[in-house]
Amino acid sequence: MVELILMSSLFLLILSILLTLYRVIKGPSMPDRVQALDAIGINLLAGVAIFAVLLRTSAFLEIILLIGILSFVGTVAFARFIERGVVIERKPAD
Amino acid sequence: MNVSLPIEAIAVILIFIGTVFAFLSAIGLIRLPDVYTRSHAASKSATLGVLCVLFGTLLYFWITEGVFSVRLLLGIFFVFLTAPVAAHVICRAAYRSNVELAEESVQDDLKKVMQEK
Repeated sequence: MVELILMSSLFLLILSILLTLYRVIKGPSMPDRVQALDAIGINLLAGVAIFAVLLRTSAFLEIILLIGILSFVGTVAFARFIERGVVIERKPAD
Repeated sequence: MNVSLPIEAIAVILIFIGTVFAFLSAIGLIRLPDVYTRSHAASKSATLGVLCVLFGTLLYFWITEGVFSVRLLLGIFFVFLTAPVAAHVICRAAYRSNVELAEESVQDDLKKVMQEK
């Protein structure tokens, strides 16, 4: 019963990742795509958590934290690139 | 596979509810008309869904194996802290790079402020 519920929740998660992928491909503007990729990262994090429950191991729990941090840093970098054209600004040479 | 402990069942059902929220946010990403409303769907409900899933995982490991994972707790805290910030940064970048609002929207207060500057 537990495995059935976990499998069906993994199925829903994969379905939602595929639906979000449609927005990544079609999205009319650049921020749309970045936002959809961020949502995919968050869904992936939940998927890793469900796999950890399904395999009954606590070895994957670092990966959850890691995916969260990487997704946030990537989103902020892309947002800065869209807003100003550069990710890291240089100091004016003096 | 027997569900002997009711708390284990609560953890698994919490995980299922979280994935339902993630699915609803994906439907919102498909159906809503512009970047800002889509950000509304993607950030709020996906964050709540992931928090439900992670909390269910924490509860499951705590009940069945006696492991209270601090890493998972840190993950919950971090996602709760950063997902709305990421959505805010993306919306701000979208507005600054002149992405249009949907035709149905009636009010744009930020436009006046941006023109005065």
